[in-house]
Amino acid sequence: MIGRAAQTTRRGPAPRNISARIALPALALLALGAAPARPDESRTVPAVAIPANPAADVGREAASIDLAWQPRLRLLSQSQYVNVIHQVFGGDIDVRVRFPPVPRVDGLLAVGAGTVLPTPGAVDQLVMMAPLISKQVVDPSRHDRIPCRPADTAKRDDTCARKFFAKAGRLLFRRPLTDNELQAAVRISGTAAGPSGGFYEGLAYGLSGLLVSPQFLFISEDVRPKKGAGGGWELDGYSKASRLSFLLWDAAPDDALLLAAQRGDLNDPVRLQRQVDRMISSSLYEDGVRAFFTDYLVLEAFSSLSKDSVIYPAYTLKVAEEAKEQVLRMVVDHLVAQKGDYRDLFTTRRIFLTSDLAVLYRLGVDRGAHGWAAYDLPDGDPRGGLLTLIGFPSQFAHAGRSSPTIRGKAIRETMLCQKVPPPPPDVDFSNFEDPTNPAATARERLKAHQENPACAGCHAITDPIGLALENFDGAGQFRRTENGVVISTAGKLDGVAFEDAVGLGKALRDNRSLKSCIVKRLYAYSVGREMNPADRDTLAGFQVIFERSGYRFEDMLRRFIFDPGFFVAKSVPLHANGTLKSAAIGGFHDQKFLADRSTPNAARRAQWGSRDRVATVPGVLAER
Amino acid sequence: MLSGAAVTVSLPFLEFLLNDSGTALAATREPLPERFGTWFWGLGVDPGIWRPKQVGALVDLPPQLACIEKVKSHVNVFSNFDVLTDGKPNLCHFTGWVVLRSGTPPPTRDILPDPSLDIAIADHIGGGTRFRSLEMAATGRPRDSYSFQNFNGVNPPEISAVELYRKIFGADFQDPNSPRFVPDARLMLKKSVLSAVADQRNELVRKVGAADKARLDQYYTSIREIENRLTSQLEKPADAPTCRIPNEPADIPLGLEADLVSARHRAMTDLLVMALVCNQTKVFNMVYSDSFSALSRKGLEKSHHAFTHEEPVDRIKGYQPHASGFVNDAMKEWAYFVEKMAETPEGDGTLLDRCLIYAHTDCSVAKIHSLTQIPMMTAGRLNGRVKTGQHIDGQSQTATRLGFTVQRLMGLPVGSWGAGSNVATSPIGEIVA
Repeated sequence: MIGRAAQTTRRGPAPRNISARIALPALALLALGAAPARPDESRTVPAVAIPANPAADVGREAASIDLAWQPRLRLLSQSQYVNVIHQVFGGDIDVRVRFPPVPRVDGLLAVGAGTVLPTPGAVDQLVMMAPLISKQVVDPSRHDRIPCRPADTAKRDDTCARKFFAKAGRLLFRRPLTDNELQAAVRISGTAAGPSGGFYEGLAYGLSGLLVSPQFLFISEDVRPKKGAGGGWELDGYSKASRLSFLLWDAAPDDALLLAAQRGDLNDPVRLQRQVDRMISSSLYEDGVRAFFTDYLVLEAFSSLSKDSVIYPAYTLKVAEEAKEQVLRMVVDHLVAQKGDYRDLFTTRRIFLTSDLAVLYRLGVDRGAHGWAAYDLPDGDPRGGLLTLIGFPSQFAHAGRSSPTIRGKAIRETMLCQKVPPPPPDVDFSNFEDPTNPAATARERLKAHQENPACAGCHAITDPIGLALENFDGAGQFRRTENGVVISTAGKLDGVAFEDAVGLGKALRDNRSLKSCIVKRLYAYSVGREMNPADRDTLAGFQVIFERSGYRFEDMLRRFIFDPGFFVAKSVPLHANGTLKSAAIGGFHDQKFLADRSTPNAARRAQWGSRDRVATVPGVLAER
Repeated sequence: MLSGAAVTVSLPFLEFLLNDSGTALAATREPLPERFGTWFWGLGVDPGIWRPKQVGALVDLPPQLACIEKVKSHVNVFSNFDVLTDGKPNLCHFTGWVVLRSGTPPPTRDILPDPSLDIAIADHIGGGTRFRSLEMAATGRPRDSYSFQNFNGVNPPEISAVELYRKIFGADFQDPNSPRFVPDARLMLKKSVLSAVADQRNELVRKVGAADKARLDQYYTSIREIENRLTSQLEKPADAPTCRIPNEPADIPLGLEADLVSARHRAMTDLLVMALVCNQTKVFNMVYSDSFSALSRKGLEKSHHAFTHEEPVDRIKGYQPHASGFVNDAMKEWAYFVEKMAETPEGDGTLLDRCLIYAHTDCSVAKIHSLTQIPMMTAGRLNGRVKTGQHIDGQSQTATRLGFTVQRLMGLPVGSWGAGSNVATSPIGEIVA
């Protein structure tokens, strides 16, 4: 069901992924030997201990150190939580958990996960979920996934429990458990075995302890002194493994990756490449791509999207679910299967349809209840590109009507990384829907924005591009007229003229901000933190490369991962307000790299170090 | 405690001890708990048809409040109180509720300067029940909560009546009216699990910076609260003669159509009243509609919010008819909420008699986002400490006086509340009994 927090599996090619995950426990749990030593981790120190002054002691109290690139504890996302449970214990575990709302920081929930405060209500949900999962894991039908048999199922068996927790715990915590952690899990299981009814029941209590531990729920990255010339600090092997796996798989490292981390392979470019190749060739890579675009394109909104059932009877909850999946299928097909350029997502004519979706597209496609079929839109079709799927125009619209302003704002903020200022509180809309106003179309109605100086500035940013999509009603269905009047869709995007939605897609494809935006967002997502001035050169360097090579998704990820700075935890002193202290970066003060600068208002408002958050609720612009 | 002894007493004695509502028994035990709740609706009111004409006793209700006629003796209506921005921007549909919940105007949309008042009240009265507080959003949207520690720390709401039911009355529910009580051994085991997690706090905390340490501290505080809850569940629950385990509600589809939201609100309300009389929580936060309410009505193109800005004012009626209809709906739901509390027996009265409910919105007139004359209400007499059935004219005083009064009535030792021009130092005497 859409929108229920209790999503057990994501939509999409679930069967393939689930089967892959079912197979994993056997590989993960049974292939391992004894709990390994941590040769690569011998010099690991907490991230907090990175000295702002490299000469400072490693172990000094970290609270006094401000680091621009200091790793933060990031709460697992709901999909990561589900993926890890399936990865470790099998895809048939029913995981119905609701994570707390996460603020969107720098346009991404993945970055906001580093700021979310676990309130009692939020923790309550996670604590309630743990025993429900544990109970399923120790169910008799799954005993064959537990890597040993107790001597007597009615009693505690610390040896078997230790073996189980050493293996499962390593996968859940993304590193070997410490002695204390292992002993605690074994002790709880042993103590609980009697009162709870036996070995397996006791095991469930120990497992619940791991599942509510912050070591599982938060992605924690540790650092160590960087090897080689220049010194500095970098993530330790296990933290590198987590960064890779949550980026490429939206899940935790598997056994092979943890072994690679343990051996120090991830410090060696050749052996790192071997792991990255393996991960990208895995079926789980698609999950990683889906997770990024779900976050980047704000697709979680579909979980509570509904349309007026009288005005748009064909847009059911099932259709809303499929509209989201359609976007993701286009993304995966174009970027993964076809290895296409990100920019071409806005012009591609290949879409995927179900029977229900085809009704809204007025196409005769019959794929049964859940089947998907590829469909190539013919030349001249008024649709083409991501913006013209029903997903975008229906996501950014009212329940019973389209909204050029909401759509324009979404393009600016989501795809161009620009910030549309909120409207003043005292706007007079009295002439917007004056009953004596003969306006038949949205374009005519929106003239009211142009006539009011308080509105004109911002609406000049949003409305022209939003009006380009007026051929798609609030449910994303094509229409040529509104109230009997032919809809005009021509306009300009940052000076580039277009005639219609397809033309807008082409203009968007070549827009400078579209390119800088995907680089900025994807890199922030990859490293799990906000971008700051110290990232300027890095991002600019990537931009130069991608301008030459194209914005191919896999290539972008590889460029990031193999960049010397990707695993670096750099010490950069900050002012109290979050801006860089100039001495740390050679006097960089200008803001010319601001992605927001293409809009004067946004540029005026934007500041490095300030958080580009989308509040819990949108501005008035978003609702019109 | 009567446990043990109660097993041996005869039925006639029990009948002597208990009447239908448990009054006699209640008289021999701890006083029944007091509760606090908030009720939120978005997008203000139509002052011309919402504000009672007379100050003092609620006599003739204006059209938009006519629906509370049946419960008006339990309600107070507050008009002509102002929210002040203190030079900060009026952030549309945001500043108003932030001030009414926390006393402090926010500088930007990503800052909630102080915790919401329900947090402090829950700290003060919330012990001894399974849940520190219950948050519910009839909108069915997971972000619709106005209970917060700060911007990054929002108490997530229950968004489905079915899930709310299972949370409260699921496997871990202990029926206070069960004739025999056997402490559930599983609770002790669950507690030991959480204790072990908490014991590892230092190992993790030493690795993180100050901001993450604060987040971890919040995490472990939350864990401790759950531990305490489990401890309390090891004792026989206090008798709650009027507690009845309700039936699991039917699933309500997603959507913001007013009919669906109403159904969700009523199903959640019905569960909440039983959660309260069954002593599962003492604090609750109900959201009927959010501050940017996108509630819709079948066949209408626009949402409530869009109507408030785009619908012309009817020159004869003096308000926006469609937008006004959504406010009428909100008031009807408020009436349902209060009535449900008022008709639920408890002790020698009703559940509402021991409650204080603070109801407010985000602005006065949504069309212009006005923060002056912001509408507020309360319901419940809080064991006789609140006078009800009145219309109080704030005469342009700060609206935070009501939040301050509420906290004082709930027993918080606060001398003032709010910041800058919104600071309140004196309770609203008219409602203090």
